[in-house]
Amino acid sequence: MELSINQLEEQFQARIDAGENIEAKDWMPEKYRKTHIRQISQHAHSEIVGMLPEGNWISRAPSLRRKVALLAKVQDEAGHGLYLYSAAETLGITRDELFEQLNSGKAKYSSIFNYPTLSWADIGTVGWLVDGAAIINQVMLTRTSYGPYARAMVRICKEESFHQRQGYEIVLTLAQGTEQQKQMAQDALNRWWWPSLMMFGPKDEESTHTEQSMKWKIKRKSNDELRQQFVDQTVPQAEFLGLTIPDKDLKWNEERGHYDFGDINWDEFWNVVKGNGPCNKERLAARNKAWDEGAWVREAAVAHADKKEARKLKKAV
Amino acid sequence: MSDKSWPIWEVFIRSKNGLDHRHVGSLHAADEEMAMENARDVYTRRSEGVSIWVVESKHIIASNPEKNGEVFEPAQDKVYRHPTFYNLPDEIKHM
Repeated sequence: MELSINQLEEQFQARIDAGENIEAKDWMPEKYRKTHIRQISQHAHSEIVGMLPEGNWISRAPSLRRKVALLAKVQDEAGHGLYLYSAAETLGITRDELFEQLNSGKAKYSSIFNYPTLSWADIGTVGWLVDGAAIINQVMLTRTSYGPYARAMVRICKEESFHQRQGYEIVLTLAQGTEQQKQMAQDALNRWWWPSLMMFGPKDEESTHTEQSMKWKIKRKSNDELRQQFVDQTVPQAEFLGLTIPDKDLKWNEERGHYDFGDINWDEFWNVVKGNGPCNKERLAARNKAWDEGAWVREAAVAHADKKEARKLKKAV
Repeated sequence: MSDKSWPIWEVFIRSKNGLDHRHVGSLHAADEEMAMENARDVYTRRSEGVSIWVVESKHIIASNPEKNGEVFEPAQDKVYRHPTFYNLPDEIKHM
């Protein structure tokens, strides 16, 4: 007997509630599929676009040690993008469609990458704060309900553990350096602190996707919970550096057992999401340029493969 | 099939949802349908899995062990790809 959509959805929810993972060939509600394609591809695009602000400093890294570390980090981001695109493809979308969505501006990626990396201190701060925030989100996602996404996350988290440490090491070196170096570190923290808090997304009461995402165990913690966790673990790290977090309302709340912190400028957040951040246009232009200028490589690879195949057939005759 | 010998198929089993398919072994079968049936009979008699993949062995491109040096050695001296390469004071938590 054929089951109705309602019955299938009930069974599906029961599997999720029982803590089961969903795999690519399992029945899933269309909205679960679409939500995942959106979320996983946004995540993939973020890894790819995320290479741009850091790549900006590879040629100007202050030492060979810093340079190889940054190269390895950017290389990892490329790999992470690929894991995630592959996970998205298990849901029936093609790689070309995904790239088209990114390049046309239809797809979103994390707004944090629309901010510029103005000094070398930014590279350290990005590793410390941006990767720190990403890791909090990604550790949660290792337990997300969709199997291919969860497995990609396990791999990514394992590899990413060095990213934040290399960032913090850079900031620590600057913070213990000359007055000017310390100033650079403070300036970078001033500029990256608030955008990093915005990475967790809108406040819970304004997040349109949170409720359904929690029900389907796509997310297991809300935006505000994750943001709080980030603040709580980052404040002592900043104190150790002797740097000041640019928030006059930041203080320990004994009763809650958490840090209280000031209001985020949500106008800025939405403005960057809508495409008006400092680097939105530059990032998209860089991606399109890379895609267009790489066209001949993609074509040449196919031509070469065809030629090899034709040679093989000729030999077989 | 021109000759009478059955090709080899590699079998991958997912033991439960959430985990990867893992290679469990191989078998001979005349076609993909038989390969799937045989895989079920040979490799999942004790509920070892919830999903089976079979792929004809000739479709797997394997690296050449004689070239392991040039393939894998370049990763060996890149210690900076590991978290332990970075010096952080013990007081710093959550990293």
